[in-house]
Amino acid sequence: MSTPLPAALRPAQREGVGASVPRKEDDRFLRGRGLYVADIRLPGMLEVAFLRSPVAHGILRAVHAPSGARVFTMADLDGVQPIRAPSSLPGFRRSDQWPLARDRVRQVGEPIAMVVAASRAEAEDICDQITLDIDELPAATDMLAHRAGPTLHADWPDNVVLHTLVDHDLSDIAAPIVIRRRLRTARQHMAPLEGRGVVARWDSRAGQLEMHSASQMVHVTKTGLAECLGLPESAVRIISPDVGGGFGYKGILLQEEVAIGWLARRLGGTPLRWIEDRREALSAQANCREHHYDITVHAAADGTILALDCEAHVDAGAYSAYPFSAGLEAAQIASILPGPYVVPRYRCRTWSVATNKPPILPYRGVARTGVCYALETTLDAVARAAGISPVALRLRNLPPPEAMPYTNITRKIFDSGDYPEALRRAAEAIGADAFPARQAQARAEGRLIGQGFAVFCEQGAHGTSVYSGWGIPFVPGAEPCQARLTPDGGLELRVGVHSHGQGMETTLAQVAHEILGVPVSQVQVVHGDTALTPYSTGTWGSRAAVMAGGAVADACAELVARLTPMGAHLLQATEARFEAGAVHANGASISVAEIARNFFRSPQNLTEAMQAQGLDCTIGHKTLRDTGTFSYACHAVEATIDTATGRVTLDRYFIVEDGGTLLNPMIADGQVLGGTAQGIGTALFEEMPFDAAGQPLASTLADYLLPGASDVPDIDIIHMETPSPISRFGQKGIGESGAIGPPAAIVNAINDAIAHLGREITDLPASPSRILAALA
Amino acid sequence: MKPTAFEYAAPANLADAHASLARDGAKALGGGQSLAAMMNLRLVRPAILVDIKRLPGLRGFIESPNWIRLGAATTHAQIEDGAVPDPTAGLLRHVARGIAYRAVRNRGTLGGSLAHADPAADWPSVMAALGATIITAAERRLPAETFMTAPFTTALRRGEIITAIEIPRHAGPWGYCKLNRKIGEFAHAIGIALPGRLLVGAIEAPPLMVDDPGHSPTPLSRIALIRAIAMRDA
Repeated sequence: MSTPLPAALRPAQREGVGASVPRKEDDRFLRGRGLYVADIRLPGMLEVAFLRSPVAHGILRAVHAPSGARVFTMADLDGVQPIRAPSSLPGFRRSDQWPLARDRVRQVGEPIAMVVAASRAEAEDICDQITLDIDELPAATDMLAHRAGPTLHADWPDNVVLHTLVDHDLSDIAAPIVIRRRLRTARQHMAPLEGRGVVARWDSRAGQLEMHSASQMVHVTKTGLAECLGLPESAVRIISPDVGGGFGYKGILLQEEVAIGWLARRLGGTPLRWIEDRREALSAQANCREHHYDITVHAAADGTILALDCEAHVDAGAYSAYPFSAGLEAAQIASILPGPYVVPRYRCRTWSVATNKPPILPYRGVARTGVCYALETTLDAVARAAGISPVALRLRNLPPPEAMPYTNITRKIFDSGDYPEALRRAAEAIGADAFPARQAQARAEGRLIGQGFAVFCEQGAHGTSVYSGWGIPFVPGAEPCQARLTPDGGLELRVGVHSHGQGMETTLAQVAHEILGVPVSQVQVVHGDTALTPYSTGTWGSRAAVMAGGAVADACAELVARLTPMGAHLLQATEARFEAGAVHANGASISVAEIARNFFRSPQNLTEAMQAQGLDCTIGHKTLRDTGTFSYACHAVEATIDTATGRVTLDRYFIVEDGGTLLNPMIADGQVLGGTAQGIGTALFEEMPFDAAGQPLASTLADYLLPGASDVPDIDIIHMETPSPISRFGQKGIGESGAIGPPAAIVNAINDAIAHLGREITDLPASPSRILAALA
Repeated sequence: MKPTAFEYAAPANLADAHASLARDGAKALGGGQSLAAMMNLRLVRPAILVDIKRLPGLRGFIESPNWIRLGAATTHAQIEDGAVPDPTAGLLRHVARGIAYRAVRNRGTLGGSLAHADPAADWPSVMAALGATIITAAERRLPAETFMTAPFTTALRRGEIITAIEIPRHAGPWGYCKLNRKIGEFAHAIGIALPGRLLVGAIEAPPLMVDDPGHSPTPLSRIALIRAIAMRDA
């Protein structure tokens, strides 16, 4: 493993690992030349609109379509199988998600009919003319109140999708400090700038369904789609072009993909297009984050954690979304609730509860955001009870650097780092020591200010051994990269991950440059097409920099191993070494481009064995241990509370982040900042309310508030770079990190500002009405 | 989110505009920043959209010693940028700068906002507080204070077009406070304080003159008014 210099010491002109190379893809994005699904226009293309359920729960008796219109219901979709995403965890209850509702609807926005017309407006006109006979049923809308029913699935005794229990006996714990909190996080919509979209046609020459879809995981989508349509995988090609944000929203197999795939095949060549609009997205896809925690921390008088006890509920929605399943989120809660801390005793019961809401999807951070919120806000209450600062409490309970690698109570292996140091640096940056005096002064002037901290770690790029245990429809294995030199010395990297904002066309090129010396400008990263890239589970779980980065390095190293003897042969030497993009021997050298030119265009200059070997290889990469890298961070925020309006202003924001070796520090900063903006949304703004009948109440962005530029403060990021011992360059997954810490840190700042009044915020988002209610 | 089919008319003069607006299902289109969104949601389904923003006489301004008349098709951005005079010692420019976001301000019009009569919008409250007069093509002069009769309902007759808004000169001071969840969103409360004149808006009802913040109809409007008074008196 090579450990690059710290960022500040790296020469600016370097473009390998660790250099802040400007993003190659920005050339087209900034000129408005990106190509998204909605930009694709095929000759003769027809538009699809979906008629969606207006009610949350009901028996679908009949669909009456106007005569002559092209309207399809599930009864028409002969041979199509439902989407099934079971988990092998004991007790997991399976459900079928039909691409179009069959017999019963279970959420507002569930597709019932597929309508085809020359334009979207005409298709929506036809939707308007369809009448539905639905016998409405009582809706299950609350994971606590409706766990037993009304039930969604006829053969289930209740609405429990999955129940898990980590059961250590805590009966002998007699702690002087026992803090119990009941906390709730709101249901959210992920709101990527670009929604979902599909453009599909049957390619009769290839005998293949060619589907363009905004997807993070084209190969997994292809597998699921082929299964639902009863097609061999060779008869399905998924192309995911430029994608405007994923966040997990685009990591699933869509009902719309199955329905459109069936119709495209049936039409035999006519292209079909469906572009999700914002109203569809908001009303049918508020699909993440809704948790409830009943959490108790037992602590010694000095704040040392003695035990952690929790019962958590996850509102899992109506179905089990493919491939992550309806049980992953709650099961993850049980495995990561102890956070970054030393927790000697632990009990955790979780319930995944089916409700008449959209099926839960893993949103950036997945359960970590809620878990961090629950644990960190409760720990601040422990600190107040112990009479020590939040910083002192955390320093008392974080594993020291000499304990690394540290195996925690749930057998997570924290791979490296200095967790207390991250907290110390954040506390110093925000001026925690001097803050109590400033806070007292502000109170004297009638202003409420507070500081809050959140420390967390993020398991990323975890692999086979972790996911095989969940028993869900996919398990990541070795991550492949196909590296191909071209006759002019250029390099193609074909990867099964997808870049939808992460800048991987740049970072993966940097990795290749680091190994092979080919200039970043001459490296083409090919991604997002099942026909052009090796099978991969795709981009999710903060894994691409670690897994695809490692795969690129391994594939390029294999090319080096092939190029070196070729270069030696061409230099008429018996021994040679590879360095800086060339083979060197006997004081002479030959570049990669020159060797490639010989291989492709003058193969007579090489041996038969060299000709046979080729300059095109596919290599699979695994980390040294597949339990994941653990990046960690401390968020520190200072906030002002407007006691009259309940509005919270974020005055200062610091993040100390250890992502190990940063492949491109500028891009890592962008990841952290973008995630933090989303976390601020979770903390202060975003909430999809549902009424008692299961109607989502925010169907436009005027009602569903996302943080805007003016709501995100200047954020200072301070990097620590402790290399991971298990990844190729020491890099750690940090793709989700920014979205994890903000709700905990911000609510801790709010609570710090109002705790002297005996008040606390318990539920997210900390909206003005919740702040005012807490202060009332 | 596509509108139902509609006919589009771009009349060249007021007479043609009135003729188009007299037809069944006709609706006047200004900057379209509320109407087009509502059409896309199919909450409004006009049969004919009569585009009046290019009608002669609806742009530009006329000044007198006591007032300024702004054409109804004046955009929020033109007010924000000072492309038309501000007779209110900066109040109009301040308000314009806080309406939604720039893309909306580039198209949205003063007359359109008044005719739409959303209580949460800025101009209905501001014009009421300033004692402005709404002038129509029927040559009626309607006081802004009573122009909004109920949310999304005005004193305009069917097919009547606002041509200009006559704003009395105001030397200041003024205070304006809009409370909303985030910058650019619709107001949850508006408070306006001029010398001897207090008004609250965005109260899910027409803007309301009050004599004291304590008489504000909602807690938030009371706070908005207190802050507007503090701004005026600062």
